[in-house]
Amino acid sequence: MSKDKMVPVPSNAIVPERDINKIPILETHHLGIDFGGLKAVDEFSITVGRTEISGLIGPNGAGKTTVFNLLTNVYQPTRGTILLDGKSTAKKSTAQINKMGIARTFQNIRLFSNMSVIDNVRVGLHNSTNQSLAASLTRLFGYKTSERKSLEEAMELLSFFHMDDMANRQAGSLPYGAQRRLEIARALATRPGIILLDEPAAGMNPSETAELMENIRRIRDNFNIAVMLIEHDMNLVMNICEGICVLDHGKVIAKGSPDEIRSNPKVIEAYLGKKKGGVEGGEE
Amino acid sequence: MTFISNLINGISLGSVYAIIALGYTMVYGIAKMLNFAHGDVIMVGAYMAFCAMSYLSLPPIAAILLAMAVCTVLGIVIEALAYKPLRKASSLAVLITAIGVSYLLQNIALLIWGSAPKSFNSVVGFDSISLFDGRLIITSETVVTVIACIVIMLGLTLFTKKTKIGKGMRAVSEDKDAAELMGINVNVTISVTFAIGSALAAIAGVLLCSAYPTLMPTTGSMPGIKAFTAAVFGGIGSIPGAMLGGILLGLIEIFSKAYISTALSDAIVFAVLIVVLLVRPTGILGKKIAEKV
Amino acid sequence: MEKIKNMSKFTRTNIECYGMVLLAFVILLPLQNAGLISYSIAGQLVPICTYIVMAVSLNLTVGFLGELSLGHAGFMSVGAFSGVIAVACLKNTVAPDWTKLLVAIIVGGILAGVAGLIVGVPVIRLRGDYLAIVTLAFGEIIKNIINCLYVGVDKNGLHFSMTSADELGLVDASPVLKGPQGATGIPKISTFTSGVLLILFTLFVVLNLINSKTGRAVTAIRDNRIAAESVGINITRYKLTAFVISAILAGMAGALYAMNFSSIAARKFDFNTSILVLVFVVLGGMGNIPGTIVATTLLYMLPELLRQFADYRMLIYAVVLIVVMVATNSERIKLFADKIKARFSREEDITDAAGKGGGTK
Repeated sequence: MSKDKMVPVPSNAIVPERDINKIPILETHHLGIDFGGLKAVDEFSITVGRTEISGLIGPNGAGKTTVFNLLTNVYQPTRGTILLDGKSTAKKSTAQINKMGIARTFQNIRLFSNMSVIDNVRVGLHNSTNQSLAASLTRLFGYKTSERKSLEEAMELLSFFHMDDMANRQAGSLPYGAQRRLEIARALATRPGIILLDEPAAGMNPSETAELMENIRRIRDNFNIAVMLIEHDMNLVMNICEGICVLDHGKVIAKGSPDEIRSNPKVIEAYLGKKKGGVEGGEE
Repeated sequence: MTFISNLINGISLGSVYAIIALGYTMVYGIAKMLNFAHGDVIMVGAYMAFCAMSYLSLPPIAAILLAMAVCTVLGIVIEALAYKPLRKASSLAVLITAIGVSYLLQNIALLIWGSAPKSFNSVVGFDSISLFDGRLIITSETVVTVIACIVIMLGLTLFTKKTKIGKGMRAVSEDKDAAELMGINVNVTISVTFAIGSALAAIAGVLLCSAYPTLMPTTGSMPGIKAFTAAVFGGIGSIPGAMLGGILLGLIEIFSKAYISTALSDAIVFAVLIVVLLVRPTGILGKKIAEKV
Repeated sequence: MEKIKNMSKFTRTNIECYGMVLLAFVILLPLQNAGLISYSIAGQLVPICTYIVMAVSLNLTVGFLGELSLGHAGFMSVGAFSGVIAVACLKNTVAPDWTKLLVAIIVGGILAGVAGLIVGVPVIRLRGDYLAIVTLAFGEIIKNIINCLYVGVDKNGLHFSMTSADELGLVDASPVLKGPQGATGIPKISTFTSGVLLILFTLFVVLNLINSKTGRAVTAIRDNRIAAESVGINITRYKLTAFVISAILAGMAGALYAMNFSSIAARKFDFNTSILVLVFVVLGGMGNIPGTIVATTLLYMLPELLRQFADYRMLIYAVVLIVVMVATNSERIKLFADKIKARFSREEDITDAAGKGGGTK
């Protein structure tokens, strides 16, 4: 579970040493989007290694979720390029980008709440389930095999998160923590190369957060994929992230390892306000 | 000259649609429901005016005021009995209830007045205006309808912009919960909206039957559906949108009757609606709704 | 009883649906053959079958896809009239009645499916209530066009006109479709058995669909469009699939319905018919197929049962509709019902109750 050393790659970015000889899973170059006249995100350039756990942090309203929405083309970028596994994702739909290898969760949980837990995961397995419309309608043409396969794979994913016993419950009726885990399981079912987690620890107590950290590492090690997360819980971020990117007012103000970020004066200023101003800091 | 006369007829019919569409749009904007019974309130209004003039021999103005009063009360009662208990229910449940109310009004009218059409006497007292040696005739109903529509439009705009309850209505249509937290009585606001919408429906009913003088229990259905399309056309929830949508719908209907085909005019009206929605999914003056992810 | 409880929800729904329909068929068919059913009820059997097919297919759009359709009768209309024309083309052949009916149903289904595709392709990507408004408009357009349509068949083939019957130039034949008068001289070849078979076919299609990859995708879109997109589901494709299948089934129902009457006009399939079917779906339960079948049967029979109240029957129908909707959806009444339920079953599983609570959106 030890962290690799972060090493620089040609494009002025750093990735874990073990990923250095492979194409980065995700690269963005000068990514940006304008809402009206406001540059919500600007000059966002990062590189994520194939098995890296990275963090995207910043004060409220810095544009973190917007970055996730750009990466999945929920919003079309105004400028810049996104390379997923070396291939550009421009002009692709959200669904196509998922097929290319990005899966995500949402800040405000978005489950298929009237469906069962297992069916939520099976929806995630949609594109790897080999079943034609004819098979769907007639229960012939390999319907049984494909249904059984998707059921087994979904159960496997649920047991990875220790949720086997909840398989037939309605997703909307699960406790909060389980809903968050289910959302991650569903995203993993799409077999991504990188999974984006939007505030996975929000609303969790310390023991749940600890379990989440463990799970994030297990996801990386088991599925051999990259994880990128937005999080306000600094303890979690500093503990598991190898590379961290700090966003403020839509711009990257710092990138680096947890230690570098912790001591970066710009980051401290963004979070706590300028020292000499005194007012912002004093009121809290 | 036929062109101008068609244009005037179109605007006149469109004005009636616009007044009905205002009722749909206000209720939709504030209660977020499609009040399918609105068309039948028009019918009730027309019957009330008819009875007042034929049986009670009241003057037209008094008949209209009576019809408005009855419809206002009717609107408030319908809202309180059928819609208020469903404030938190799915929109489909409310829609079905509204359909039930629509059936109910039609069948009550059927029991009271029978299915035979009643011939409605125009409420307008003065003569038609004849221009260009009688080559262009503007009926008195047209003049009254258009003036009524303009007055109502201006009145409603002022009401929602200037008065306290009007501002409350706009607040409720933006965000019901936030408005409630700011001390606006949401239930009262919704009742007032229904009252205004229904009073307008009474006026529309009288004007509609003055121009097309057959009155039956189903009189309100088709104009109701068309006015609803007009509201969507202009951008549902928007007062100027309802106005614009209504007038455009009237023009399209009259012009396709005159130049294309009488029998196909409804098909053309609805086809234009579909095209407009494809180009501008929220209607002509509708606001673009962004979904937060 | 215990066994039924242990079965998966899917199998239970299937058994309920097929069982209910077959049971009704086994009881009613001998009665009908023996002439024990009153004339008015016997005449309602095919229409009831038709409306069950309509309601189940509409439930696919409204209950499972979560899109409101206010023009389902439009597809029924397309199916009805294309079926009638198809049968008219077979008039002089020796084919037995059941093959003619089958041809009518298939042709009706295909053309309604094409209409569904034409309506669906441009509109289905729009969000909100637009599908509802466009389907409403579509229903009115279809009614209007068929009202102006004259069709005839003679030895030279099919003839169409939008103006009058004379313009068809028919040789030794009378027109099939006469504008506002509608279709006349239809052979009455629909039977109760064919109606039940069509219901079974519809159930087969719809129940299989909702328990498949396609069905899960459709339900996922209903529950959360953005999440469905994020796991790689092509929203447009699956919405369109469900919508077109629903239209095809409605077209088939239309053909069956038309073949039950000697004449039929386009105004039979107006906005009110679409609404009627929607009422069956909502009262039967969105996404609840057995409920839809029961609700359709009961509500279709209700005006018939209220016949003795003559003029008041539609009034009563309206009141029943409002009362049922308010009673099943009102917050206050729900709370009251829950309180009573709680009093009678205190030991009920807590998780179960939580499940019910989470179900409401």
